Amino acid sequence: MADHTQTAQAGQKSDAGYWSANVRIILISLVIWAICSFGFGILLRPMLSGIEVGGTDIGFWFAQQGSILVFLALIFFYAWRMNKLDREYGVEEE
Amino acid sequence: MDQFTINLLFVGASFALYIGIAIWARAGSTSEFYAAGRGIHPVTNGMATAADWMSAASFISMAGLIAFTGYDNSTYLMGWTGGYVLLALLLAPYLRKFGKYTVSEFIGDRFYSPTARMVAVISLLVASLTYVIGQMTGVGVAFGRFLEVSNTAGLLIGACVVFAYAVFGGMKGVTYTQVAQYVVLIMAYTIPAVFISLQLTGNPIPGLGLFGNVESGEPLLAKLDQIVAELGFNEYTAHHGDTFNMVLFTLSLMIGTAGLPHVIMRFFTVPRVADARWSAGWALVFIALLYLTAPAVGAMARLNITEQFWPNGTGGEAVSVEQIETDPAYDWMATWQQTGLLGWEDKNGDGRIQYYNDANPAMQERAAANGWEGNELTNFNRDILVLANPEIANLPGWVIGLVAAGGLAAALSTAAGLLLAISSAVSHDLIKGQLNPNISEKGELLSARIAMAVAIAVATYLGLNPPGFAAQTVALAFGLAAASIFPALMMGIFTKVNNKGAVAGMLSGLIVTLIYIFLHKGWFFIPDTNSFTDANPLLGTVQSTSFGAVGALINFAVAFTVSKMTSPIPQEIEELVESVRVPRGAGAAQDH
Repeated sequence: MADHTQTAQAGQKSDAGYWSANVRIILISLVIWAICSFGFGILLRPMLSGIEVGGTDIGFWFAQQGSILVFLALIFFYAWRMNKLDREYGVEEE
Repeated sequence: MDQFTINLLFVGASFALYIGIAIWARAGSTSEFYAAGRGIHPVTNGMATAADWMSAASFISMAGLIAFTGYDNSTYLMGWTGGYVLLALLLAPYLRKFGKYTVSEFIGDRFYSPTARMVAVISLLVASLTYVIGQMTGVGVAFGRFLEVSNTAGLLIGACVVFAYAVFGGMKGVTYTQVAQYVVLIMAYTIPAVFISLQLTGNPIPGLGLFGNVESGEPLLAKLDQIVAELGFNEYTAHHGDTFNMVLFTLSLMIGTAGLPHVIMRFFTVPRVADARWSAGWALVFIALLYLTAPAVGAMARLNITEQFWPNGTGGEAVSVEQIETDPAYDWMATWQQTGLLGWEDKNGDGRIQYYNDANPAMQERAAANGWEGNELTNFNRDILVLANPEIANLPGWVIGLVAAGGLAAALSTAAGLLLAISSAVSHDLIKGQLNPNISEKGELLSARIAMAVAIAVATYLGLNPPGFAAQTVALAFGLAAASIFPALMMGIFTKVNNKGAVAGMLSGLIVTLIYIFLHKGWFFIPDTNSFTDANPLLGTVQSTSFGAVGALINFAVAFTVSKMTSPIPQEIEELVESVRVPRGAGAAQDH
């Protein structure tokens, strides 16, 4: 995933910049994706068990509701951000 | 009007609607057959993707698995939605930019190798076929119930309907039909859930009601935890299984979601790259409506069922056989008994049906003290829960009819989408791409239909002896897709892995995962040929349904190693990768 810089050639500078900006946005999004599902929903649940939500703890809420809402937000954020990035680098479709 | 007639009316009316749309939008040319001429709006496409995606496993099976296990089966909820993030960020826009019709075409071109394309086609066929088996399991349950016949008869009738239905149109017919199916299935799923949530918690939104209070002022989940614990079952909200296996299973479902060809194909049918990004979001919006409701359906059904069997509280007397036979509130038990998926037996002859966990030592003491001779609810198939739910909660007859129509819509729409993926793999990739490149359009369509018929026959045969409940069988299909297709697609876009690396990676991922599944579920899913069970798996705590993530890791590792040791990719492929990465210049799709 990291070898995009090696292929940056003269005349493609903006494409390479576009791609590394894209990869950065993807990485940040996937970190949030993992923390909210595998983290709060499963692995970190015991640590968060003090926070109560409707007769159980916040980890249970993340596993059955919260993670799905975060996934939705992430996809729409990515679509919005990338469509903007396309225009910033002038690589959008005609 | 009796319930049987109401069910027939609802199912009949919904079928007439789908078939009407299929005839109206009948596919003419091959390009229409596969990809509907790319003229589909992201919202429409999202809705159709949601119908395609939410199968018998999501609609019929998932809430039942959550209801009887509780928190541990949250894996299905996170796994089957989280995969859309991977799909939207890592695959959909680039595959749309590439602009061909099928997943295997991308793999064949990107890895400049007909062998890679063949391996992709084989992976796709194995995963899709396993998936169809899970669908047929669900079809059997739904048809068995609403025609009031045995599960086996329901499965055979269902197979004929699915076949007739899938042969009718191609993707275009399917796309608009699937929009109608989505509307039917989401209404069928949410309306009873809203009713039940209102009854129990006073909150009309099931996802909020789940964390609300019951009439006594006690939180619903706290009450559920308490009464199931009093009967010796695991506490509903607590974590009981193995954490490592839970993470792996969730990850397998996520990666598998992003590797399933019938879902990825959807993103080829939007007009632009930007639309492919939005489409994944819209698909998840429509999917989330069901997935946010499902955990509430599970918990509330578990509470209702437990209270029906213990009308005097879990410490009092159990329900009497006489009441089950005469009280209309228990009619659902007699109707479901006909399918062979529900059973009870008054073992100790006390005229009451005690439902409890007879494997729990504390309960065994209580049973001995009261003269109970084991759990008397002898069979409660998880797959019947959603369909039986409105009857258990005593909802009006039309709601029950609607749920029957919705369950069939879910199973049919996914089965049709999968059969399309299977038939296009055989006719387009296998026959036109390899065996007979000069085949006529007519011949191609004919071979597509023959492939559908063969696939459905195999799936029906295996559906009679399924390797698990609908959702579990489907989970195996996800493992296979996760181990084979997803890594190849991702490496094709994000890395410079070469042809040999990709082929070696896909083959090792697929084969190792398939062997692991067969070792636990029986060779070719034939019962009693397995050497291990998921209760005591070969590798530590890794169950066969969770192995897809391990298979994907093997795929990546082998591909990178082999690629490092062999010659780098040619210049034109390097340019192909560069061009896939930027949206500019995405034209209409091309056929070979």
